[in-house]
Amino acid sequence: MAASERIVGRGIGNKVILASVVLVAIVWMLPIAWVLILSFKPNSELMISTASAFHPPYTLKNYTDIFQTSGVFRWLWNSAVVSVGVTVGILILSSLAGYGFARAEFKGRDVIFILVLLGLAVPEQAVIIARHQIFSDLKMHNTYPAIILPGLSSAFGVFLMTQYFKAIPKDIDEAAMLDNASRFKIFWKVLLPLTIPAQATLGIFSFLGAWNDYLWPLISATKPEMFTITVGIASTQTNFAQSEGLGFLMAQAIFAGLPVFVVYLFFQKYIVRAVAGAAIT
Amino acid sequence: MTDVTLSPGKATAAVKRPTGASIGPRWSNALFVAPYLAFYLALLVYPLFKGIWMSMLQSDMFDDTSKFAGLANYYRLFNDKVFIGSVWNTIWFVVMTVPAFVAIGLLLALALNRSDRTSATLRAIFFGTSVLSVTIVTIIWKMMYMPGNGAIAGIMRFFGMEPLAFTTTASLALPAIAITTVWWIIGLPMMLFLAALQQIPGELYEAAALDNASRWRSFWSITMPSIRRTLLVVVIYEIVAQFQLFGQALLLTQGGPNNASRPIVLFIYEQGFRSWNLGYAAAASEILFIIMAVAALAQFFASRKRVEE
Repeated sequence: MAASERIVGRGIGNKVILASVVLVAIVWMLPIAWVLILSFKPNSELMISTASAFHPPYTLKNYTDIFQTSGVFRWLWNSAVVSVGVTVGILILSSLAGYGFARAEFKGRDVIFILVLLGLAVPEQAVIIARHQIFSDLKMHNTYPAIILPGLSSAFGVFLMTQYFKAIPKDIDEAAMLDNASRFKIFWKVLLPLTIPAQATLGIFSFLGAWNDYLWPLISATKPEMFTITVGIASTQTNFAQSEGLGFLMAQAIFAGLPVFVVYLFFQKYIVRAVAGAAIT
Repeated sequence: MTDVTLSPGKATAAVKRPTGASIGPRWSNALFVAPYLAFYLALLVYPLFKGIWMSMLQSDMFDDTSKFAGLANYYRLFNDKVFIGSVWNTIWFVVMTVPAFVAIGLLLALALNRSDRTSATLRAIFFGTSVLSVTIVTIIWKMMYMPGNGAIAGIMRFFGMEPLAFTTTASLALPAIAITTVWWIIGLPMMLFLAALQQIPGELYEAAALDNASRWRSFWSITMPSIRRTLLVVVIYEIVAQFQLFGQALLLTQGGPNNASRPIVLFIYEQGFRSWNLGYAAAASEILFIIMAVAALAQFFASRKRVEE
């Protein structure tokens, strides 16, 4: 809000810049607008040409087809289960571990913390072959736990929560210790409520990540009824020409994108903060 | 401190001694980190070493046996034109996208670093595409790139040009994936630069304005030095992220035409889960790991320095 913010760009130059960014933004939106329009066109027309996009007839058939024929609802449900599972799991594990690494001393703690931090450098792709093998050996593929559990091993949340717990003044828990409260009680009643902003950041970040994850669910869930929405939409995409057609494919994309987009519109500020905060920590 | 009670959580108010939490180390405190460590060991550390072991096995999926083959898989990889090609494709993709993320992200951040409503809406637009999943993004861009019916082909025809077949032309496939990727996730670098710009004290610019410094001049002598570290973080973060290119390539081009757009992760996926050459795929993933670990550690040290300052 400071007036100084605006000193960099002022006057006419400022307006020109803003106008050109508006122009770029319109171009940025074009691909989505294009798909949105086409999704209301009858399939028979689309197969011949998309040139008629701006003339009637328009139809809702592509959308009503979703309700009748596709697995979209099942996939949305699977995505919801998986994303909530990953998010809740990460929040619980990271909060406990974050408190532990920041406050509860035990022998070898700092060495273990450094080893966990090294885990941040391990990309999913480096372990995915072995992970697949582990879940194969356990005969667990095509189950919710198989899709959820690998996400819980990520060191990122632990790192974030540890930093956050460390930033809380020590006087707060020392006062509680004098009251003879147990470690867990201090964690649960005194410190955890103070970490709600970090929980929100980590929660949003984890949920979006799990919702949009493609590689692991693609490998682990091979039965259509266990697909997440991301994998499901991809599966219709690879054989769209033969079966359902373009219009149906686009209607599915719009329909599947809608929930996330609505959530984004409502929680925009928090989502931006979560994703940006997650990248720099 | 000499208390032998191993579960302080069970201490009740009836006990008069200070049985509650005490400062100083005790092993029961490890219970806080134990649940996470179990997952960490079982699903990260163990698969990491198992993966290294698997990369040294020659697996035969027909009779479900595998025998130790030392570095044979690695040797084979370095002589595999498709793998070497995928490494170059990935590097080429990183070279195309990372400068674009930095330049476009920074330009948008500079233009939108204001507190009016229009700027807020524009920021929301540019960030909004990031929340879409890769499968939705690739459907959208297929409709742009389609040679016959795509939007870009239509625009080119409108201007009397011959439409290009982006996803099926070897030289255009990877650039097409790069454009899609920048469109998809430009929001993150933009937001990181915005956060950095807002940290710059306004007085610096006021002083520069008093000195009649041009906008160009104050950009190079005030803005750039102040966001140096964010610049580094964005560059390293994007290098690590873009090295993991997978979904866009699989869904837009299937790595084709003629392997022209196959990245390393797609190679690993195809070897591992389509051809079931698990040992071979594991070896490829170790090479990817080495490349990315170097970049990730660089990021760790870069951001740690930033925190310390």
